[in-house]
Amino acid sequence: MAKVLMKGNEALAEGAIRAGCKLFFGYPITPQSEIPEYLSRRLPEVGGCYLQAESEVAASNMLYGAAGVGERVFTSSSSPGISLMAEGLSYIAGAQLPVVVLNMVRGGPGLGGILPAQSDYLQATKGLGHGDFRLLVLAPSTVQEAADLIVDAFDLADKYRNPVMILGDGMLGQMMEPVEFKDRPKSKDLPPKTWAATGLVPGKKKSIINSLYLDPLELEANSWELKAKYDAMARDELRWEQFNCEGEYDVLIVAYGSMARICKTTIELLKKRGVSVGLFRPITVFPYPYKQLSDAAQKAKMVFCVEMSTGQMLDDVKIALEGSRPIHFYGRTGGIVPSPEEVLRQVERIRNGEEVDKVWER
Amino acid sequence: MTTELIVAGFGGQGVLLFGKFLALSGLKEGKEVVWIPSYGPEMRGGTCNCTVVVSEDPIGSPIIDSPNTVVVMNKPSLAKFGPRVSPDGLLLINSSLIDTTSDRTDIRIETVPANDIALELGNGKAANMVALGAYVALTKVVKFDTILDVVKENFAKKKEFLDLNIRAVKKGYELAS
Repeated sequence: MAKVLMKGNEALAEGAIRAGCKLFFGYPITPQSEIPEYLSRRLPEVGGCYLQAESEVAASNMLYGAAGVGERVFTSSSSPGISLMAEGLSYIAGAQLPVVVLNMVRGGPGLGGILPAQSDYLQATKGLGHGDFRLLVLAPSTVQEAADLIVDAFDLADKYRNPVMILGDGMLGQMMEPVEFKDRPKSKDLPPKTWAATGLVPGKKKSIINSLYLDPLELEANSWELKAKYDAMARDELRWEQFNCEGEYDVLIVAYGSMARICKTTIELLKKRGVSVGLFRPITVFPYPYKQLSDAAQKAKMVFCVEMSTGQMLDDVKIALEGSRPIHFYGRTGGIVPSPEEVLRQVERIRNGEEVDKVWER
Repeated sequence: MTTELIVAGFGGQGVLLFGKFLALSGLKEGKEVVWIPSYGPEMRGGTCNCTVVVSEDPIGSPIIDSPNTVVVMNKPSLAKFGPRVSPDGLLLINSSLIDTTSDRTDIRIETVPANDIALELGNGKAANMVALGAYVALTKVVKFDTILDVVKENFAKKKEFLDLNIRAVKKGYELAS
């Protein structure tokens, strides 16, 4: 199929349809409203259902129900809306159901703003809701990657019976790039959904969708079952990209999503000045490629973490490096997106032994 | 070769469409492209801009501090984006609505009376297409035939505007060639 020019939001919505998703429940919010808009038109065309809920809380419980009967289901929101869905997603994780949820992050906390940010990283990767659960979180950096990853997200959700999140930001949602939808064969090795509550079949065990376990031993067993899934994800699902890491480099930049592609331009600009800097970009941010980052960092004198937050992925960078390299951090937030030149000036400073310039304090 | 563009004006002048048509033309020619709008909160008639990058190579940042080409359709945009043109870059000014210019000597400054020409052609709203034609003539970032095809394809469902927009983009191109 030929490449078409699409907004990130539209490409993700189309990608969900290509993944065989027929059901969307959600509520509009900037900067991702093109997704419900697109799906409200497209889903009826493929025999699916678009339903605008009365709130994000309701939408997340509609997801719970639809996932419980074994359908591929999808919701999309932005930061404040995701917080509202947190309760439902905890139930979904507890009941071990596959859903795909997308967060086009905007500045926070509270209602915050509508411009791009990466300030929901900790929420997405460490603690979206109550209880011992995690989402598998994928962080695309281009529109093409977003369109590809959302198809994988549905497969991964089914494979692990666990919610999978696409973590983007307003910039990825609003920008247009060429995108090609590849015809992929349906994944054959996914387990049949024997657990789905699709009605009583004689001879079949009763299917109960539930996250309530009053017996502490049963609840503990469920939690360890979840933990085993997360361990399997950390073993089998890690994804990352290394850019300009073939040769020597003094500094290794660590960034994800939109911020990472901006840093690529910084690296190209530095190349022209004869300075070689590498980039490590985690694509799965839960599970996190700790060892791969640590290995890449051993070639560098120092590591430079750049985010559109006050320092959230920074925690994972520290865990990965275990104190083996000095770590510098630069973050802009509130909707401000650092330019490649802005990052470049900071790289020059830390290479000269200076601290980063805290321009936000001026 | 990488061309970066910021095209800016007030809401309703069609600067986002200008950028989209350029991106579509780049895509048609097999180039890498990215288009990103300013999407902050704005009032009706407020300012509006988008950034477009067209390149032979994969594109990293869509955020550009100093683009090598800038098109300004109204006066506030000249004040905001004129100083950001990279040295040796191009600044294209819509002289119909902007009676001043930039005092920079390190860049190429061109003007096009986009609204006046569009009015002569029958509708002032086609000023963006006049400026687009002129921009393509000045930068040669894409072929004129490509941009013409993109205009035709995108106005195919709005036949009443098709002829006007074709004439507008042609006229802008001729004037700046």
